[in-house]
Amino acid sequence: MTQVQITVNGRSASGDAEGRTLLSSFLRDTLKLTGTHVGCDTSQCGACVVHVDGVAVKACTMLAVEADGAEVTTIEGMANADGSLNTIQQAFQDHHGLQCGFCTPGMVMTAASLLKENPHPTEAEVREYLEGNICRCTGYHNIVKAILAASGQDVGAIAAE
Amino acid sequence: MPKDGGIGASSKRREDVRFLTGAGNYTDDINIHGQAYVHFLRSDVAHGTINSVDTSAAAAMPGVVRIFTGTDFEGVGGMPCGWQVTDRHGQPMQEPGHPILAQGKVRHVGEPIAAVVADSLEQARDAAEAIEVSIDALPAVVDMKAALASGATKVHDDLNDNLCYDWGFVEENKDAVAKAIDEAAHVTTLELVNNRLVANPMEPRVAVGNYARGTDESTLYTTSQNPHVIRLLMGAFVLGIPEHKLRVVAPDVGGGFGTKIFHYQEEAFCTFAAKACNRPVKWTSTRSEAFISDAHGRDHVTKIELALDADNNFTAIRTETHANMGAYLSTFAPSVPTWLHGTLMAGNYKTPLIYVNVKAVFTNTVPVDAYRGAGRPEATFQLERVVDKAARELGVDPIALRRQNFITEFPYATPVAVEYDTGDYHGTMDKLEEMSDFAGFAARRAESEAKGKLRGLGVNCYIEACGIAPSNLVGQLGARAGLYESATVRVNATGGLVVMTGSHSHGQGHETSFAQVVAEMIGIDESMVEIVHGDTANTPMGMGTYGSRSIAVGGSAMVRATEKIIAKAKKIAAHLLEAAEGDIELKDGAFSVAGTDKSVAWGDVTLAAYVPHNYPLEDIEPGLEETAFYDPANFTYPSGAYACEVEVDPDTGKVSIERFAAADDFGNIINPMIVTGQVHGGLAQGIGQALLENCAYDEEGQLLSASYMDYAMPRADDLPMFDVDHSSQTPCTHNPLGVKGCGEAGAIGSPPSVVNAVIDALQSAGKDVTHIDMPLSPDRVWEAMNG
Repeated sequence: MTQVQITVNGRSASGDAEGRTLLSSFLRDTLKLTGTHVGCDTSQCGACVVHVDGVAVKACTMLAVEADGAEVTTIEGMANADGSLNTIQQAFQDHHGLQCGFCTPGMVMTAASLLKENPHPTEAEVREYLEGNICRCTGYHNIVKAILAASGQDVGAIAAE
Repeated sequence: MPKDGGIGASSKRREDVRFLTGAGNYTDDINIHGQAYVHFLRSDVAHGTINSVDTSAAAAMPGVVRIFTGTDFEGVGGMPCGWQVTDRHGQPMQEPGHPILAQGKVRHVGEPIAAVVADSLEQARDAAEAIEVSIDALPAVVDMKAALASGATKVHDDLNDNLCYDWGFVEENKDAVAKAIDEAAHVTTLELVNNRLVANPMEPRVAVGNYARGTDESTLYTTSQNPHVIRLLMGAFVLGIPEHKLRVVAPDVGGGFGTKIFHYQEEAFCTFAAKACNRPVKWTSTRSEAFISDAHGRDHVTKIELALDADNNFTAIRTETHANMGAYLSTFAPSVPTWLHGTLMAGNYKTPLIYVNVKAVFTNTVPVDAYRGAGRPEATFQLERVVDKAARELGVDPIALRRQNFITEFPYATPVAVEYDTGDYHGTMDKLEEMSDFAGFAARRAESEAKGKLRGLGVNCYIEACGIAPSNLVGQLGARAGLYESATVRVNATGGLVVMTGSHSHGQGHETSFAQVVAEMIGIDESMVEIVHGDTANTPMGMGTYGSRSIAVGGSAMVRATEKIIAKAKKIAAHLLEAAEGDIELKDGAFSVAGTDKSVAWGDVTLAAYVPHNYPLEDIEPGLEETAFYDPANFTYPSGAYACEVEVDPDTGKVSIERFAAADDFGNIINPMIVTGQVHGGLAQGIGQALLENCAYDEEGQLLSASYMDYAMPRADDLPMFDVDHSSQTPCTHNPLGVKGCGEAGAIGSPPSVVNAVIDALQSAGKDVTHIDMPLSPDRVWEAMNG
């Protein structure tokens, strides 16, 4: 066991981890931050995306001990300071960009990373950036629409309610 | 002008806030103090005799609490099947035993052989590696037709053969159909495969068992679409726990698509082991485990013949299907290729004679059961493909051929036992033509060709039977359960309501849309209505969510219970207003006396019900809580017309979806935003089936597509924006909301139009290609073009 200390959502947190413990398990099981989800075991689905030192990372591809000393942001840390939904989260609700909610944390974290890199993406750029995130419910239509809306673009012309 | 609340409003989903902030409560988020973890050791061979399972070394490993094998469950019931099909000769289907852990033999890759319970998951996994299993491999039966050949290896030694049933429907029509086909002016024949799929909800299955020794009560937390059904099946048929000592909770569930309907071994195991170990026991499936333990879907091999007269009227349909059951009968498996498939073979057309034959076959593969659409996609695909092929053979317009044969008079009794109450197939096709700009297709094709691509246009119609189902009818058809739904509406003293529904929301947004209905009925704000689901401790017996049944059946139960509430509240209001009950009107959350300005607010009436100081105690009891059970009189029949435009790269065979339009008739609609989202998701799964997804076994029964590395899930850049319309509305005539259900339509309706479009594209280039089996992957399309 190794002591792992990280700053998560602005607060210092620590816990013991085996060498094989994944960051996703450390967040969920040790720190009880269960908003980060695990949907596969081959790093394909993206439900576990978090930000490590500002970069989007699939938390199942990183060992907890590798994150020692890092600044980690999870879905629990994305809302505004007053607890209200941030721009991306609000856009997902406004445009029905989620159904069962399981892939949603990873989608929001990936979307935040995209908009940081590319504040005004095209539809094609959004779709390409989401290649590592699988959603089985929405057909992506409303996720793409929500991300475009969160970037400040007019999505009125895109079909659907 | 869109409404801002109530029925017909696109109310934003209240459940989204918790999902968007990481505050959801999925089963894997539940951890109980002192819990142990289970890891299942699963078979890596498809078929074999178990000689021994030596757990002695593993049992001595650190942290191991107990190791279970098949012998621990010899006194326990096996996994039950909820539907019995009677074959063509009046005999019941062959029904094999299905143990919780393998006993004597393994029959598919992934079948659990042993279960290690340990203090940590890592310890359980480590110990499982130390279990020594000796298995003599037997030949695996994978191909369905080979499984039925004389002398084939039997999956189950105690059955006569690998044929579960040979079903004929309607058997009395068989000869008449044969005669009509013999005498037809034209017969179009098509042989096709409806590819095996894996549902793949993004949340893998999870089960947490808990046992309270002090009260002898068991609780199971599970990723289920129908916790009451799990309680009934597991309690009564597997573990022998009375329902009053067994609670099943399905909290936030991360998608189901059918595969979380069924009662699985892992649920029974965790419940059993929690008592045996006197500790909570938790199992969380990995995705790799999900591929080899979640029930699969589809997997039909079909030959369909469509007979037409000289005027291109459909005169008869004959279809023969082999349906894969896998190694065991999953909970509702026998019903899928029969009553959910044969009854839909009329489609949207007035074909007078239909005969459906289905041979259900055991193989050494994972059990197959319902997946989004369940039987109806298989019916729609073969019918809409053969109609398209007929149009091409006859040189007529595929839309005109469909229109010519549409059912136009309702109610319409099909020759396959169901009666459509309402529909307007020309209406949805008109809408589709309006949405799809067919007139501009030639120009779009020319643009594609200028880029070196082929372009194709495919259309299809669909009909489905939803709102499952009239209990009396399904009982006659072999269902071992009723298919009503229940709701309890509890009004609190201060006027807020809690609706406890037997429907289960795992993405459908019931917490929002169900509240819209009750709010509209009473005339109060939606925020005053809370929807509670997923816990047998709260809700009376419920049948859960599948078959696009929630709003049609569960919603109707809720309406009936709310009507009882309103009726009682009117009695109270009449007393408070000193008026006759018949003069009381409820509008905008207030009761008034007709023709006067006397009124009393909803909250005053509810308070009086619980503080009955001025109350008609001699006539009615205090309190305001009502329960209703609603059993539908018929299925509902959503329908629609879909159009797909594809581009095919002739150099690689890659297909891309350029446009997709869906015109649906779901009857009345509660929340258009949610309905549109349901269609989007269904379309993605249908397009996924048509272009990407395939669950493949090799001849030894090894699953080749056992992870997201090999099973091609649709991703964002595989799909276009969808054009979805549901303004064609012919309300259902037999439920109080006039609703039909929308959850499965997209998955049912989309595969044929995709394949029709690709065939159109290839034929536009002069290729003599009349069919390609799904998925239309680049290699298959290229091979069809160049083979």
